[in-house]
Amino acid sequence: MAGLALDQLRKTYSGGVEAVRGVSLDVPDGAFCVLVGPSGCGKSTVLRMIAGLETVTSGAITIGGRTVNTVEPADRDIAMVFQNYALYPHMRVYDNLAYGLRNRGTPKPEIETRVREAARLLGLEAMLTRYPRQLSGGQRQRVAMGRAIVRKPQVFLFDEPLSNLDAKLRVQMRVEIRRLQRQLGVTTVYVTHDQVEAMTMADRLVVMNGGQIEQVGTPIEIYRRPATRYVATFMGSPPMNILPAEAVAGGVRIDGTVIPVAGIAPGTPVEAGIRPEDLRLAADGLAFRVAFVEELGATRLLHGPLAGTDVAVQVPAGSAPQEGDTVRLAIDAGALHLFDPATGRRLAQG
Amino acid sequence: MVENRRFGNLIPHLVLSLGVAVVAFPVYLALIGSTHDAATIANGQMPLWPGGNGIETYRRALTESGMAGAPVGLMLLNSTITALAIALGKIFISLLSAYALIYFRFPFRQTAFWAIFVTLMLPVEVRIYPTYKVAADLSLLDTYAGLALPLIASATATLLFRQFFLTVPNELVEASRIDGAGPVRFFLDTLLPLSRTTMAALFVIQFLYGWNQYLWPLLVTTRDDMQTVVIGLRKMTSITDQLTEWQIVMATAVLAMVPPVVVVFAMQKLFVRGLVETEK
Repeated sequence: MAGLALDQLRKTYSGGVEAVRGVSLDVPDGAFCVLVGPSGCGKSTVLRMIAGLETVTSGAITIGGRTVNTVEPADRDIAMVFQNYALYPHMRVYDNLAYGLRNRGTPKPEIETRVREAARLLGLEAMLTRYPRQLSGGQRQRVAMGRAIVRKPQVFLFDEPLSNLDAKLRVQMRVEIRRLQRQLGVTTVYVTHDQVEAMTMADRLVVMNGGQIEQVGTPIEIYRRPATRYVATFMGSPPMNILPAEAVAGGVRIDGTVIPVAGIAPGTPVEAGIRPEDLRLAADGLAFRVAFVEELGATRLLHGPLAGTDVAVQVPAGSAPQEGDTVRLAIDAGALHLFDPATGRRLAQG
Repeated sequence: MVENRRFGNLIPHLVLSLGVAVVAFPVYLALIGSTHDAATIANGQMPLWPGGNGIETYRRALTESGMAGAPVGLMLLNSTITALAIALGKIFISLLSAYALIYFRFPFRQTAFWAIFVTLMLPVEVRIYPTYKVAADLSLLDTYAGLALPLIASATATLLFRQFFLTVPNELVEASRIDGAGPVRFFLDTLLPLSRTTMAALFVIQFLYGWNQYLWPLLVTTRDDMQTVVIGLRKMTSITDQLTEWQIVMATAVLAMVPPVVVVFAMQKLFVRGLVETEK
């Protein structure tokens, strides 16, 4: 087992498009690292460079202390699970699993043992003689994972492996992938655009945007203390509300109400972020007219304008406000995230 | 609705049956003709029922080098070897060239593609003099190589394989690379098995193409023992200094139909799949 390190990794395509612009990242041995970001943010390109499927324009990729920039994918000691599984359609499940081992000249009995072991781990024992087309989506997904497991690699790479599954199966496989990874203890890089997957699976969450890393941290750190406005609005559903605000003596003024925040110099340009669940209904506070209500079962989402922008407020099920009502909202100073409107960076709060 | 559909079924069946009859009747006549003796056919009244001379006719056709100067058995062998060489050779060359075009980046790749494409406009008939000159200079006249080689270069097959390779997901190539399969391994282990149905379809088409060649074998063979059955058949119908034994001609025609029919029937399932289905 070994860790993975990226140092100032860059990728510029021949057309001049900069897909990855200086990504540095350390994934400790055995960690589950999730790269998350919108499509086109370069996360897949990073993964493919780690796999060796894309050339590196500049920077270094180190797996287990060995720089692998120019090493062939097969010799990098990695295994990859593709979004569309990329199973060999003409091979039975057994051969799909065994193919990589055969190519490396692994002795037959050893292949047999490893394939059986992987099949047992994934509950595929009964499917070994089937062809991929005879399997369901979830089973194909398992085979794809099995193909990665049998190789006993130093690093697992997952490229949006759950996007082709239906919602229920996705939740189930999410748990299963996490369990397997813990059990095997293999360093993992997992790419997804789904922030729920990212939050639930990651030890180490990497939020990417525009070919760069916005923030690295545990899911909770990133949720609680987003480093930029981009991260704040990308992670969390419904997304964080961003309100225009004004730094004044003694705090931050939002829509005429001053919320006491220490450490912000009056006159500093500022934007205030607040998560929908941190806006509380109160007897006194900001006036908020409920334009419409989304009933989510466990909670309700109130939508309406506040301080000139559209805002979502999450309230418990069974709470009173209905469409058309005007309510009062209280904001706790501790729940407020302040960002620099120009750079989008988080402002230090006292 | 039910009546309507039944009626709707009747018309296509009628039309198709008529079509089959029109195509099949001459074949039936050839079959019948080959069972009568020369005199029966020569008197101008073609019988519609089998005669008693069949076994004798086929024995003579297969073994005696009569009107065509070589027995039909030998000509069938020549045709089979030529058609097989053309079909297999085309598949082999086209597979490799399509593989190179799709999976490798090399200078003048597009030029190579277009050069292959342009040869579509140059069938053997168009380039027949230079091709003959080349074949003659390489002393390929009256050889199987001479019969097959000039017909092997094929743009159609290359394009067909190219089209098929384009549908093979790129992830499969990448998965193979990660699994440690180099270009040759990927080609043999993955691409070739996936191309099976396309290869089958091409084999059928190209076998028939090779089998039915007339002009080129006519030019390139002078010896009777090297001629193909199509040439032999043509020769039999136009001999000048003796009586055409029509029952032998009919038998030869029937025999000449057998190998293509066998190929089509044997490969039918794969052939249809290769044309209509793109395997995932």
